Amino acid sequence: MVTVTPLEAELLEVAGSVPDPELPVLTLLELGVVRAVHVRGADAVEVELTPTYTGCPALEAMSVDIERVLHEHGVREVTVRTVLAPAWSTDDITAEGRRKLREFGIAPPRTGARAGAGPGAGSSGPVALSLGPTRTYADPLDASAEPVHCPHCGSAETELLSRFSSTACKALRRCLTCREPFDHFKEL
Amino acid sequence: MTTTALPTAAALALGDDALVLSHRLGEWAGHAPVLEEEVALANIALDLLGQARVLLSTVGDEDELAYLREERAFRNLQLVEQPNGDFAHTIARQLYFSTYQHLLYARLAGGDGPFAGLAAKAVKEVAYHRDHAEQWTLRLGDGTELSHERMRRACDALWRFTGEMFRPVEGLDVDSEALERDWLESIGEVLRRATLSVPEGPRSGAWTAGAGREGLHTEPFGRMLAEMQHLHRSHPGASW
Repeated sequence: MVTVTPLEAELLEVAGSVPDPELPVLTLLELGVVRAVHVRGADAVEVELTPTYTGCPALEAMSVDIERVLHEHGVREVTVRTVLAPAWSTDDITAEGRRKLREFGIAPPRTGARAGAGPGAGSSGPVALSLGPTRTYADPLDASAEPVHCPHCGSAETELLSRFSSTACKALRRCLTCREPFDHFKEL
Repeated sequence: MTTTALPTAAALALGDDALVLSHRLGEWAGHAPVLEEEVALANIALDLLGQARVLLSTVGDEDELAYLREERAFRNLQLVEQPNGDFAHTIARQLYFSTYQHLLYARLAGGDGPFAGLAAKAVKEVAYHRDHAEQWTLRLGDGTELSHERMRRACDALWRFTGEMFRPVEGLDVDSEALERDWLESIGEVLRRATLSVPEGPRSGAWTAGAGREGLHTEPFGRMLAEMQHLHRSHPGASW
């Protein structure tokens, strides 16, 4: 492990302060997609950025924004490098990031995705197979998973409407208590 | 992108699978049976396009590869180029392919080969695609008489394209036979639960005129490519 210099830590904060283009309530650092900043020579830095999903169309906008804030911070040469491994997981979203998502009306992903909870997390295990809307108080897909709470009223009784929503990283759910539909950041 | 050079033949095979199926799924935009499916299919297409971009970029210029290659230079499976047909055909194609891709990427992710990084990332996305296809197979197969019949027809029609998935690909370090066993087991289980039977008949044969991995494609692929490449070829270098 390479030691992070105070300057690199400072620049990481700057690069990570960029808001996510699609979820502007979150910063890239809270989303967990800015991996590192390396100082390369006098006035040049390299930023390691990882996509949430391989096809995430926001990646280019993120790179441009990172370059801009670092230029404004006085760095002359900025290279943003995309790294795939280790794969990003929703577990990389910080606690503060989860709180902001909820406040924004999006149910945050449940933790433990990397360890194998949730239908999308187990990379080698079989995909759960059952029919019907998946309501979280009796989730037939995964009995061990904690329920998805409604970000509006907090109820644990919610149901899946669609596995894919406004973006690939979200599913569309509905609260059975307050009846509001909401986005759920899927575990990955 | 990491600079590890991927084996060209394998990167083209997997990249073209993802690109072509992504385009087919994109054809549903504006036509899907319900809004949620419209969004789901577009999201699956986007995931596949992302995988295609990573894979093709390791081989050369992604735009040149996607838009300027002739039909015979594509290395995708014939399965993924099959037309969308009705919704049942799209789901059957997705079930066959996502199950294959999920099993394959899980193996690649578990190894230390050149595809491990991408596979570890993509396998988590593909798990959702597979789940989506399985749910629909259950719902349509074990649904009404009409939906059952259509799903049966779709599974039968595409069965003959499934053998090609398990031909060894140069540079892809997987046990094809074990992969095929797992695939057959999984598909058999899904179809059984969907009250459908495993289709009979060969899974490849002389009628395929070879195979997509060797650049030999079925008739609908030419028309798909013409549409996909038309804009880029008509306005080379255009930007906005």
